[in-house]
Amino acid sequence: MISKLLSSLKTWIDQRGLNGFIILAILLAVVFPLAMDSFRLNLVGKYLTYGFVAIGLVMAWGYGGVLSLGQGVFFGLGGYAMAMFLKLEASDPISTKIQSTPGIPDFMDWNQITALPIWWEPFRHLPFALLAVLVVPTLLAFIISFAMFKRRVGGVYFAIITQAVALILTVLIIGQQGYTGGVNGITDLKTMLGWDTRTNSAKYILYFVTVALLLASIYGCQWIQKSKLGTLLLAMRDKEDRVRFSGYDVAMFKVFAFCLAAFLSAIGGALFTLQVGFMSASFVGIVPSIEMVIFAAVGGRMSLVGAVYGTLLVNFGKTYFSESFPDLWLFLMAALFIGVVMAFPDGLAGLWESHIKGWLARGRAALRKPKNPDAPPSQIVQPDADVMTMQEIGSPPLARSASGSPRVPSGAGMQVSGIQGQSA
Amino acid sequence: MSNTDFVLAVEDLTVSFDGFKAIDALNLYVNQGELRVIIGPNGAGKTTLLDLICGKTRASSGSIKFKNHEMTKLAEHKIVRSGIGRKFQTPSIYENLSVFKNLEVSFPRGRGVFGALAFKCSDDVKERVQSVATEIGLEGSLDMEAGLLSHGQKQWLEIGMLLMQDPELLMLDEPIAGMSAREREVTADLLKRICKNRSMIVIEHDMAFVAQIADKVTVMHQGKILAEGSMDKVQNDPKVIDVYLGH
Ligand SMILES: Nc1ncnc2c1ncn2[C@@H]1O[C@H](COP(=O)(O)OP(=O)(O)OP(=O)(O)O)[C@@H](O)[C@H]1O
Ligand SMILES: [Mg+2]
Repeated sequence: MISKLLSSLKTWIDQRGLNGFIILAILLAVVFPLAMDSFRLNLVGKYLTYGFVAIGLVMAWGYGGVLSLGQGVFFGLGGYAMAMFLKLEASDPISTKIQSTPGIPDFMDWNQITALPIWWEPFRHLPFALLAVLVVPTLLAFIISFAMFKRRVGGVYFAIITQAVALILTVLIIGQQGYTGGVNGITDLKTMLGWDTRTNSAKYILYFVTVALLLASIYGCQWIQKSKLGTLLLAMRDKEDRVRFSGYDVAMFKVFAFCLAAFLSAIGGALFTLQVGFMSASFVGIVPSIEMVIFAAVGGRMSLVGAVYGTLLVNFGKTYFSESFPDLWLFLMAALFIGVVMAFPDGLAGLWESHIKGWLARGRAALRKPKNPDAPPSQIVQPDADVMTMQEIGSPPLARSASGSPRVPSGAGMQVSGIQGQSA
Repeated sequence: MSNTDFVLAVEDLTVSFDGFKAIDALNLYVNQGELRVIIGPNGAGKTTLLDLICGKTRASSGSIKFKNHEMTKLAEHKIVRSGIGRKFQTPSIYENLSVFKNLEVSFPRGRGVFGALAFKCSDDVKERVQSVATEIGLEGSLDMEAGLLSHGQKQWLEIGMLLMQDPELLMLDEPIAGMSAREREVTADLLKRICKNRSMIVIEHDMAFVAQIADKVTVMHQGKILAEGSMDKVQNDPKVIDVYLGH
């Protein structure tokens, strides 16, 4: 009974291609919390917030073909919106009574600002702040991408524009110190609706919230990939004009992919602020934005699950190496990026698909005694040459090469040009 | 501005690329249910004309009316949605998707972003894919990756993708290029079948093929129309002979 249930569960998982998803879920939700102390777990939790950016890049870059080198903008905006709420809660008049103007954030007081700016006011309310986390970055992404893609600006030019936006926002945040906290950022965050986020138990809870939201996001993205929209994104990368002249507004699909990536990044940013307890301009600029692309590239830009592993690996590597060889890290990172892009364009996930999976399967097959060692010869039907119909001419030479699911362009596809039934 | 019964009325159409007029004050009228073939030497501007009609290239001046609606200012996807389908000169299919997916994605429902998210491959879609696949002779290859199809099959698949949209005006750019003699015959039959309740513009070089399918032939040369009429009339036109021999 139970084994029957298990096997039907297994086919359900296999059918949906959820194997990788479930392994990741077990790793993040069970193995890590059991194996790691709270310091390490908090570190993983922090990395996982970058994971949101990475899976967003899988959708925008891998699927939509929209490379953004400015995801730090959306990560940062989400993080800042959250930080503004937490900062206001931490700046109640009693705990800030030594300031010349009590009741406003400390950095404002240091910058001779004597009243809370009106655009800060609504961030006193958590629902507003949460809404801002989700809406502001997505809206900005919409404006940028709509303006660009409707004008057919794409590819490298779009990537450069996103860099420019990252640079502008960094300069703005640093320059407007009185309103944003400047280089230091917004620090000393303490509680959320009275709940102290700095305690160990709070960190555990936040870790699990992050894992749950990340897994939900991956699931949602997988659903999008399987929808017609996902198919269209793949189709656009292959033959953009064919999609356009099939009646689709190609620009809007790219806008969607970019907005989705921004939306996910913003969630990551807000969770980062909650877990780490501050937000600063150092997560917004060009360098962090490019780092985030490296996470996705290393993990595999076509694989949501892979992108999360890529994020974790690169960040563990970064933590390890930048402790031991702080000067070398940047070079190592650059080398890693170039190496991955040149040698493994599909990243770790691609390596897994092309090498390890086949190797595992072969190993398993070798263990199992083959029942009929000779594979059935592919059926070749010789059509009657006298009666010519389209079906016969069109009969596929490789009837068994079917693969229903969209495949990543690999260039390995066999070219079949022979036409059967052509003896006349 | 003329209000006509023509499906397509192209008037005074001109496009110039850096001063070079690829289409030069061209007029073209296509009737309801007509199968028009456009021929002409290389570089005559045939592909450019289709590009202009479907909005891929924007006209410098002139008008293109489809069912009496001006198309020259419309976005490409809106031109398609108003009923113009276009096949490209090189087979343009989604190589990494299955034949089924290629056809399914071309079904004219769920064309907006959120429509595409909500799109379900319901029974009517499956039925339509089946019937179109049968029409183009690919019903046995639905699960096959489209990149594995033969060249001719790819051409048919692209025609099938257009048929999914059931366009009122179907424009095909050299549909039999690279096909074997037998495939050409099959394609001629296919075109005759699918033109029943729509108008078609076909660009072709192969005269035997043209004679087989055309209602009326238009000869283009240097962005202008050189001759127009039945295949016989056009073939015996001294200007046409001159252009083709001079090439
Ligand atoms: N985007 C463009 N920019 C500049 N010149 C162009 C452009 N498109 C087409 N042309 C030129 O316009 C002329 C007509 O080209 P077109 O492709 O329409 O010819 P065609 O009749 O389709 O020829 P073929 O039979 O070889 O397909 C050619 O001289 C071509 O070089
Ligand atoms: Mg051409």
